[in-house]
Formats: sequence, C-alpha cells, structure tokens
Amino acid sequence: MSKTKEENVGVVREMRPRSEIDESSERQELERTWRAIPGLWGWLSNTNHKDIAMRYIVTAFIFFLLGGLEAALMRLQLSKPENTLLGPDLYNQIFTTHGTTMMFLFAVPILEGIGLYFVPMMVGTRNVSFPRLNAFGYYCYLLGGLFLYAGFLLNVGPDTGWFSYVPLAGPEFSPGKRVDIWAQMITFTEISALVGAVVIITTIFKQRVPGMSLNRLPLFVWSELVTSFMIIFAMPAVMMGSGMLAMDRLVSTHFFNPAEGGDAILYQHIFWFFGHPEVYIIFIPATGFVSTIIATFTRRETFGYLALVLSLIAVGFIGFGLWVHHMFATPLPQLGQSFFTGASMMIAIPNGVQIFCWLATLWGGKVNLKTPLLFVLGFVFIFVLGGLSGIVLASVPTDLQVHDTYFVVAHFHYVLIGGAVFPLFGALYYWFPKWTGRMMSEHLGKLNFWLLFAGFNLTFFPMHQLGLRGMPRRVYTYLPEMNWASFNLVATIGAGVMFLSVLTFLINVWVSRRSGAVAGANPWNAATLEWATESPAPAYNFIHPPAVNGRYPLWTRTAETPVVTGLSAERREVLLTSVVDALPQQRHELHGHSIWPLVTSFAVGVTLIFGIFTPWAYPVGSALMLLALYGWFWPKEGPKQYGTKEEQKLFFKHQTELSLRGQDPI
Amino acid sequence: MSASIKSLIKGWLSASTATLCLMLAGCTGPSTQSSVDPMGPQARHLSRLWWFFCYSLSAIFVIVVIVLLLSTYKGWRESRRALEDEHDEERPLIVPEPERERSMKRVVLGATLLTGLMLFVYLIMSFITGRAISSPLHAENVLTIEVKGHQWWWEARYSDPTPSRIFTTANEIHIPVGRPVMLKMTSTDVIHSFWVPNLMGKKDLIPGKDTTLMFQADRPGVYRGQCAEYCGLQHAHMAFIVVAESEEQFAAWREAQINPALEPQSDSEKRGQQVFLSSPCIMCHTVRGTQAGSLIGPDLTHVGSRQTIAAATLPNTRGHLSGWIVDSQSVKPGNRMPPNSLNPEDLQALLDYLQSLK
Repeated sequence: MSKTKEENVGVVREMRPRSEIDESSERQELERTWRAIPGLWGWLSNTNHKDIAMRYIVTAFIFFLLGGLEAALMRLQLSKPENTLLGPDLYNQIFTTHGTTMMFLFAVPILEGIGLYFVPMMVGTRNVSFPRLNAFGYYCYLLGGLFLYAGFLLNVGPDTGWFSYVPLAGPEFSPGKRVDIWAQMITFTEISALVGAVVIITTIFKQRVPGMSLNRLPLFVWSELVTSFMIIFAMPAVMMGSGMLAMDRLVSTHFFNPAEGGDAILYQHIFWFFGHPEVYIIFIPATGFVSTIIATFTRRETFGYLALVLSLIAVGFIGFGLWVHHMFATPLPQLGQSFFTGASMMIAIPNGVQIFCWLATLWGGKVNLKTPLLFVLGFVFIFVLGGLSGIVLASVPTDLQVHDTYFVVAHFHYVLIGGAVFPLFGALYYWFPKWTGRMMSEHLGKLNFWLLFAGFNLTFFPMHQLGLRGMPRRVYTYLPEMNWASFNLVATIGAGVMFLSVLTFLINVWVSRRSGAVAGANPWNAATLEWATESPAPAYNFIHPPAVNGRYPLWTRTAETPVVTGLSAERREVLLTSVVDALPQQRHELHGHSIWPLVTSFAVGVTLIFGIFTPWAYPVGSALMLLALYGWFWPKEGPKQYGTKEEQKLFFKHQTELSLRGQDPI
Repeated sequence: MSASIKSLIKGWLSASTATLCLMLAGCTGPSTQSSVDPMGPQARHLSRLWWFFCYSLSAIFVIVVIVLLLSTYKGWRESRRALEDEHDEERPLIVPEPERERSMKRVVLGATLLTGLMLFVYLIMSFITGRAISSPLHAENVLTIEVKGHQWWWEARYSDPTPSRIFTTANEIHIPVGRPVMLKMTSTDVIHSFWVPNLMGKKDLIPGKDTTLMFQADRPGVYRGQCAEYCGLQHAHMAFIVVAESEEQFAAWREAQINPALEPQSDSEKRGQQVFLSSPCIMCHTVRGTQAGSLIGPDLTHVGSRQTIAAATLPNTRGHLSGWIVDSQSVKPGNRMPPNSLNPEDLQALLDYLQSLK
C-alpha cells in the first residue's frame, strides 16, 4: 500500500468479539449523530436511506393503487360490448396513464426503493454512498408522478399509449400538451432511476462490510447490482427518445417526421432498446426477493449460487439484444428478425436455470409454508406460464398473429404481475417486521394470496383466448357479434377479486401495524445482515456492523465473529472497503441532512414543466439549477481528522487480522 | 397445519387442471375473426405452428407445476420430520448433504440442456414456418392491391396495367379464391396494422414506408379484419372485410367497380345527387363520373354495393346510413366526418341516391 493511501486511511480501532464491547454510551452518541432533525424542515432535508426508501415504497404503492383503479375502470368498460361507461377519449387517457403509472411510477421505483432500503443494511453499512443525491432522486420521481396525475385530472392526460409511438404522438396528430406531459414525466422518472442506480452501485462496490467479498454478496444484492447496471445502459435511450419527441413537438426538429426525412421506425428502435431491458429491470430485483425468501423459508442456502448469479448477469446482457421482437410486424429484413427470435428464445435459458435452482432449493430444503413463500410459489406458477407464452411472441410467424392483441396483454401481465408483483407482495410480508417491528397476520396474508392468485388467473387467462379470437389491444369497445363478451366478463369478475385481495392487504397492514405480534430482531431466523439489528432498525442501522464469514452470515456467525468498531460516533462515518475483496480501505464521512436536494429538484421541475410551454424555461431553469448546486456543494467544514498515527497503525494490524480470521475457504 | 397443506395442494391441483382445460378449450372453436380458424395456406401454416407451441408448452408447464408441487411437498415433509427430531428444529442447513446436492446438480443441468434443445427445435420450426409464409406462392398470376391506412378507415386501390382499369374502393376488399394476393401498403397519417387473422398475420402500415403482405383464401367467405396498431380515438372501429369469391364473381365485381357511378334514374335519386353535390359531402368524397373528386374520405362511387359502412362498424342499411350522415359522431366519436343537418326530404333523396350507387 502506498504512502499517500496510508495517510488517508481511517481507523478501525478494534476487531473484538461482540460480547466484550460496552454499547450503551456509543449507542446514545450514534443516535444523536444520525437522527433526523424534528419538524417539517427535518422531514424535507432528511437524507437517511431508510426514510427516503420508505418514501419511495409508499409513494409507489399509492401509484400502484391508482393504476389498479384505472385498470378496474377499463375492465368495467369492457365487461360488455358497446358499453358507454367511458368514451374513447377518456378510455385512451386511462389506459395510457395505467401503463405509464405501472411501469414508470410503480414497478421501477418500488423495486429500487426496496433496494435502497435493504442494500445498505445487507452489506452492513450506515447509509448509502451519496445520501443527498438519493434524496434528489426521490423528489424528481415525486414531481414526475404528480405532474402526470395533475395532467390526467385536468383532462390533459397523455392518450397515446405507454410507448407513445410516433407519428401518433407527434405534433401533427397529438396537438396540445398531453404527450408533452408524458415525455417530461419520462425524463423525471428516468433521472430518478439513474440516480438510484448510481447510489446502489457505489454503495455495493465500496461500502460492504469486511469479509463480504463479491462471491459472498447476498443474491438480492446481486440482483440490485445487475438491475442498476441495466438502468444505467437502458434509461439514457428512452430519455433520448422522449427528448427527441419533445423537441419534435416543441421546436419542430422532425426527427421522426417522414415527410421531412425523419423516420417513424427510429423511435420504435430507441424506445424498445430501453423498453425490453425495462422488463428485466423490473423482473431481476424480484428474483432477488425470490432467492432471499426461498433461502429463509427452506432453511438452507439457495441451490446454485454461482448459477443464479451468472444467470442474472446473462439476463442483463441478453436483455439488451431482443428489442426487435416488439417490432416483428414492421418492415424489417426477415434475416435480421430471425436473429432476434434466436436471442429472445435464448433468454429462456438463464431464466429456466433460475427456476430450476429454486425448485431444487425447495426439494432439498425444509419448507416452512409462510405467506412470503406462498407468494413465491404463486410466482413460479404464473411466471412460468407467462414465460412459456413468451416463446409464442419470440417466434416471428406466431407473433404476427398474436402481436398487439389481448394475447400480448395476457402475456405481459403474467410475466410482470407474476414475475414482479407476486414476489413484491412476498417481500412486503417478509420485510414488514423489519420496517415496523411487528408481524403481519398470517391468516389475512393467506387470504390475500389466494384471492390474488385466483383473481389474477381469472382476469388474465381468458385474455389469451381473446387474443387468439382476434381482439386487438387498446380498443375502448367492441361489437356484440364478435363473441368476445363472455371472456371479457370473466376477466372483469377476476379484476373484482384482485381488488378484494389488495383490500385485504391494506387491512392487514393497517391492523398489523397497530396490533401485530412483536417481531424482535430476526423473526424468520433469516441469514442476511438486515436481521442483525433491531426491528425497526435505528437510524444508524448497526451499532457495530458485523463482519461476515460466509454467504449466509447470520447462520454461520459465532460469538467470535468480529464486528467493525472504531467508526466515529460523532460524525456520520462509514467504512469504505475494496471492490472485490471488501478489505477495509478508509473511513469516509457522509453528508448529513440537507435541503439542497429538494431545491435542486425544484429547479429541475421548473425546467421540465415550463419547458413544455416555452423553450425559455431551459436557460432559466439551468440558471436556477446552477444556483441550487452552488448551495449543494458549498463546503461547510474544515479538513477532517482521521485519528492519531497510533490509531492508524492499529487499524492496519486489525485489517490484516480480519482478512485472516474467521473466513471460510471460498 | 397438515389440513391446510392438504387443502393447499388440492387447491393447486384443481387450479392447474382447470387451467389446462381452459387452455385446451380456448385453443379450439371457430369464431368470426380468429387466428386458429385458418382459411388460407398462410394462416394454416401459422395455426399449425401455434398448435405445436400450444401443446408442447402446455406439457412443459404441467411438468413444471408438478415438480413445483412435489418439491414443496417433499420440503414440507422434511421440515415436519426435522421438527419431530428435537435436536434439529430451527437449525438451518448450511452445508447440505453433498451426495444429494450432486444429484440435484445433475438434474438441473439436464433440465437446462433439455430447455436449450427444446428452444432449438422451436427456433427451427419458427424459421421453416417463416419461410413458408413469406415466399411467393405462384409468382405469376398474383393480384396486387394497394392499401392505404387512414384514421380510421381503409383505402384499397386495384392496380392494373391499363390506367383506365384502375379503381379505388374502401373498407371492403374482394379477392378471388385460390389466387395469391399481394398487398402493397402504406399509411397517410399514423401507423396502422392490417390484420385478417383467418387469412394471415398482421403487417404494419407506416407513413413514409411501403410494406407488403402476401396471402390467399382457399374457401369463399367474408373474413373480418381490424386495425391492430393503436391509432387514436377510433382505433376500436377501424375494421374492414375481405370478401373471397370465385374467379367469375370476382371478375364481375371488378368490372362493375371499374365503371363510373350509375346515373341517377328516379326523380328522388336525381334530387339526391344534387344534394350530394351541393352539400359538404363533396369536400371529402369522390363519386366517379360526377364533380365530386376529393380524396379525404372513402370513395363512394359504388357505396350502395358495399356490405358495411363506417369501416365495417355498421351494416349498410338505409337506417344506419341515414344515422351516419346526420350524426356520425354519436357512432364513432372523434371520426373525421362532420354532422350534416339536412331537411328530411333532402336526406331521403340523398339516401336514395347513395343506395342506388351499386
């Protein structure tokens, strides 16, 4: 290690067995350092990852309920032919808002929110690596969501579908501000997703507790890591697409206008280059829930750690090579299309491997049939069916028949609700005790599961038939002679059952928060580090982050397993470690609360919202952003003190000790 | 607990049998606009491939669900046994039995290889079908029709080497049975998608680009089709019909369509023509042989011979036609045709005239 590095290195004073350390005074000190300031100001300037993540989760869940209500309205409209409940204009706004909400305002934020909550805890650190950036991401997301719904409630909701194909979404065929609202909302939520991805990746790479080398990273953390990288590569494409669309509409750039040499197909390429990875951005974190829940409720390690990690990475790569299967009906060369058929089928292999590994884990474990596991079993059933119907869409010839019909609607609800919402509900049941300190009711949980499972299949299974019988998607009504009425009625009844299921969940949350059984630190006897601290976790997460000696640290730790001590309790300090082996490198002070993320997000909001009315919003907004960033980066403290020379020496001694002690051969 | 497990397994079993039955039931049964009720060689290829997918994928699904249930049951029994054995109770299994892990590894590996093999079979099948539906059947003797998508109706132009034999119609495409048909398609506004499921898969109509679609009907009949790409307010009502008929009937229809509009005979029809030519109708519609020559709306030269109006939304009856002329917005809200307030005599005369345009 070089000399300059040595000078920067902080101190881990001791690596003592947990039992020998007196905690109470340190606990008070940490509490003082890390707690949020009370009152509204404190609430607005909070940068604790758990509080920000919980805001993501709650906000996204509210959007889920709104999106669900929109779905219910659509189902009511379609329950009989030539229904007049909703006119075409309202129906089109509703289905666009439903799709946009579920993809951009619910699925990605809630999965990222759970990641932002538990990744720092699972890797054993006290906050994410860029706490203010993290808060900024949340406010951008919130503004985007509010903007979309403000438009919807003012009857200027977007009405061109969640992928807003041009030229329909172009200036000629969608005058007014509807599509502009959609395009700017995309930019808001993508800023937020990108920011979240950066925060998650840096936290995983630099803040893992000593001993957690990459090959001991919990599978959930792997899944968040892969997703975050996918976000970084996929989201810029859609931001570019929506940006070009906004420019076409606002300053007449003609990127997509065929009459002026633009290309309508170009938009589809750009959109789906993001749009298909998006599906996996939603699905991969859910596989992390599944692996975590299966390990806990089979009380064994998940079968095939290496295979699962490699599958995640393979899905991450192949996911970028199949976007054209959304465009098989466009005039693309057939040979080219065939490659995308091959790639689309190929992604079934890593996904198959994951399913097989989970089945093997169940086979070889001791199954404890609690609600979270039930949701995972439901996930396997539904997701496999959805994955198999995906083969029909991957093949060019069969896709030509089912593309853009209710078969596709059935397919993607099977993979998205089956693949992400079922594991999500499992995860909510699983981690509820960590959030609130209380258990959720098992009875209501099982009722919730069975209603959702039955309601889901009742709603979406008949849609396969509707698609084969020629019902296109996105139609606000249909003629009686088409014989689609009975299947549609069944689907509507199923939607009612799903509504009851979500109601059961809300009741369960309400009741359990007040009177659920007290959970204790680790009610499920789980293996990952978030369960090593009390429930709910204190603001600083761990009094002493525990070093780990395996992939399932709480199952393998002993009284002698060391903990990290020596981080200052007076400052918001975290331990930085090396990327691969997680060897301690230095103490790092994180920023505390700050109002500037909120102010900066307002500056972004002014730019994007007023940008749909006048291009002058961009220079003005940029100036505002510059001012906000001045405040953000204004230095507040003098140079940091990193302990005495003596303490630094001790740190190196213990660093060496740590790398030698208590680690199993890998 | 044990009862709940039994009920759980029962639930799963009944759910999966119900699913399978539904799946099979859903795969069969003809309907008016159906991809599994093929009426031509292309659609038959597609439906054959679909059936192959449907059966083999259903089988795979059933196998996976059975394995899922068995694994859960086995794991659950193991946990019962562990609970009885007091030393074991909550202890997690960190280092599983190596022998069993190895055999599980073999099974997972085998299943993965089998998945790969199955996908390869699907891939080859898909290529073969793809070639079969896209290669020209009998290159000579192909009937070429130019189709243009409009918000929210279809324009069909029958090309011919002799310019005077070219004609345009709307929302009703006649084809001869047993002869390949080639559609050359484009759009005048937004993206649409041409889809007659009983005859062929869909193809997009994209402004600024030409696309082609080849199909053939084997049996006479009327096949309904519908726009499959979301195209705005009246996407739901952008349908059309394909009328497949014998070579003679088709030739007769074609000759009739080539002719300009019939001259009005009765007084009422003559008055109707005057109404047509002096009202806003003429701003958008063409009636060949009169001054009406605008290309914005459907060509009405032979509108009386068509089976439907409003892009296959309403049957072409006097009542529907009159409702459509007076207030088309109540039938297809947002469509491009304005309301027309005509006095009753003018309306009746106009209807007589339009119905006479056979």
